[in-house]
Amino acid sequence: MANLTLVQAINLALIQEMERDERVLLLGEDVGANGGVFRVTEGLHKRFGGKRVVDTPLAESGIIGTAIGLAMAGLRPIPEIQFEGFLGPAYDQICSHAARMRTRTRGAFTVPLTIRVPVGGGIHAPELHSDSPESIYIHTPGLKVVMPSSPYDAKGLLISAIRDPDPVIFFEPKRIYRAFREEVPEDEYTLPLGKARVVCEGEQMTVVSWGASVVQCMQAIERSGRSIELIDLRTLYPFDMDAVEASVKKTGRCVIVHEAPKTCGFGAEIATRIMERCFLHLEAPVQRVTGFDTIMPYYKLELDYMPDADRIARAIEEIAAY
Amino acid sequence: MPIKNVLTTTIDHVSILDADGRFDEKLGKGLIPDADLVKLYEHMTACRFLDEVAFKLQRSGRMGTYPQNMGQEAASLGAAYVLNNDDWLVTCYRENCGLFWRGVPMESILLHWMGDERGNAMPRPHHATPIAVPIGTQMLHATGLAWASKYRGEKRIACTFFGDGATSEGDFHEAMNFAANLDVPVVFCCQNNFWAISVPGKIQCSAPTVAQRAIAYGMDTIQCDGNDIFAVVHCFREAVKHARTKGRPYFIEAVTYRLGDHTTADDARRYRDQAEVDKWKSRDPLIRVRKHMVKKGLWSDAKERELLERVEREVTAAVERAETITPPARAEFFDSMYETLPADLLLQRDTMQTHSIGQDPSQIEGAVIELPTKGHH
Repeated sequence: MANLTLVQAINLALIQEMERDERVLLLGEDVGANGGVFRVTEGLHKRFGGKRVVDTPLAESGIIGTAIGLAMAGLRPIPEIQFEGFLGPAYDQICSHAARMRTRTRGAFTVPLTIRVPVGGGIHAPELHSDSPESIYIHTPGLKVVMPSSPYDAKGLLISAIRDPDPVIFFEPKRIYRAFREEVPEDEYTLPLGKARVVCEGEQMTVVSWGASVVQCMQAIERSGRSIELIDLRTLYPFDMDAVEASVKKTGRCVIVHEAPKTCGFGAEIATRIMERCFLHLEAPVQRVTGFDTIMPYYKLELDYMPDADRIARAIEEIAAY
Repeated sequence: MPIKNVLTTTIDHVSILDADGRFDEKLGKGLIPDADLVKLYEHMTACRFLDEVAFKLQRSGRMGTYPQNMGQEAASLGAAYVLNNDDWLVTCYRENCGLFWRGVPMESILLHWMGDERGNAMPRPHHATPIAVPIGTQMLHATGLAWASKYRGEKRIACTFFGDGATSEGDFHEAMNFAANLDVPVVFCCQNNFWAISVPGKIQCSAPTVAQRAIAYGMDTIQCDGNDIFAVVHCFREAVKHARTKGRPYFIEAVTYRLGDHTTADDARRYRDQAEVDKWKSRDPLIRVRKHMVKKGLWSDAKERELLERVEREVTAAVERAETITPPARAEFFDSMYETLPADLLLQRDTMQTHSIGQDPSQIEGAVIELPTKGHH
């Protein structure tokens, strides 16, 4: 057991999977000697060499497109896209090929790749380094989408993603890369994709969130002094609606929190599913606390954009009083 | 300081059997054994015949939109002839002839254009990837596939095809750049047919050759008459040897012409002159080989008749297989979404086959009624 940050937990998962499986290789911009701009791949180039930790030309479509070819040939590539804002150039390869290959060839070709992407705001980064585009990929059939909120989960979920036979986008919330440490077993373990985690149990209300917002939710719940159940979805596709349903049927109230813009944010889907499955159990409307339908502001105003403990706490009080 | 020249370069053009039947003995002698030449010609003829049949199938409502390969049979065929059968062949949609040489059944191509994904389920031993629809994207897959061979220490290389339009796409440049800088054994073959639907080649590339684009990536490159099977084979021999022994990419510009419309949904008369089409008809890759074989005593009218009869039987049988394949089950399009379908997808699949609107799982209980399919097969 070691006390690790989220960055260290991911680094450990990568080391263990690379040692376990020769087919696993890393590719991306600056992932080699530099260890990635967030140092997630630190030490891996030295440990595994340039054949398995590959600095590529600076081209995101190229990184994902070649990773698709590597995966079609039976390897387990883990491409890194440096920031979520640079997924755009790779969108065509991700959505037109990685997501569709298995189904359009009726299983003759598969694309077992794990795309690692730092995501979200809160670190005073420049423009296009702070967005939350997860809904775009949740809405693309054929992909799996994961976003951990803790070091322990990050390690177990990443190992599952690497071993998954289908393409996974693994979003790493950069705001909590080094925000706190957690006991992480050094032995390998996996956490199943598609299973939520009940962060804390409660009776009066359910809060559903994922990624760095989970930490904000925990603060808000603590401050409220109420008995609130917090569910961290962990995997956004496939998502654990059973866990949400069980909780909302118990509490009758629900607040959903995410950093991404409100309209067509994944909270809208969760709210609709709650309406479909828990309609007669609801004591109050489902409330969302989200980013806004604006461009993510530069960092002077980024904390005004992102849901923080204050906004979440206000939503909790509003829904509790409904 | 005087200004000094740091790079001088040239582009070679290879032509061995030209449209007038002139044959370069020095380059062409022994290049393709006679028996193989006959087989290559038979494949081109079969591909051409399928093309004509597919066109009629589309016009009579038995097939969806189809892109004719007419006039471009030689380039992909020459590649497939030179490549090992386990080298990756990564194509777009005007490489039917090479795929057929590889052993991909004709009905695979027909099924694809008949709206049935089972046409893309390329039998694995063929090492051919399914037709790529977005332009130029498959070049990166070829680079990745060849990279995987290098990673494993195999001698397998990859060969990818694309058109002149694709050379404007970002993925063209990224694939060339990755392959060159990471030392990946890929043969890139641009079928320059001068038209990307209605847009002429000069809008895609204002340099005098497409081939010279490879120089910017530090890649060896050559241009050939893409309607000359001998020139194509000559260039692919060089390219494949280079890729396999040096582990480096190689670029071939095969100059050819799309004799038909872009697809059956296109009408090329809107944007190009018949005189131009007629000029290229005289440069047809099939005609010159037939004349050459006749001259060498390898071919006769009787053999031609026999071939056409055989090809008609083969194509008719392929069309019949494609048209009589068991229709896909109503919800078959769910089944290959993931290796293991998530519970929510299973629910959507099951409810789709019932009268349920699919919102409450309890509505499915005992209510699975097979509805007639809405699609037509």
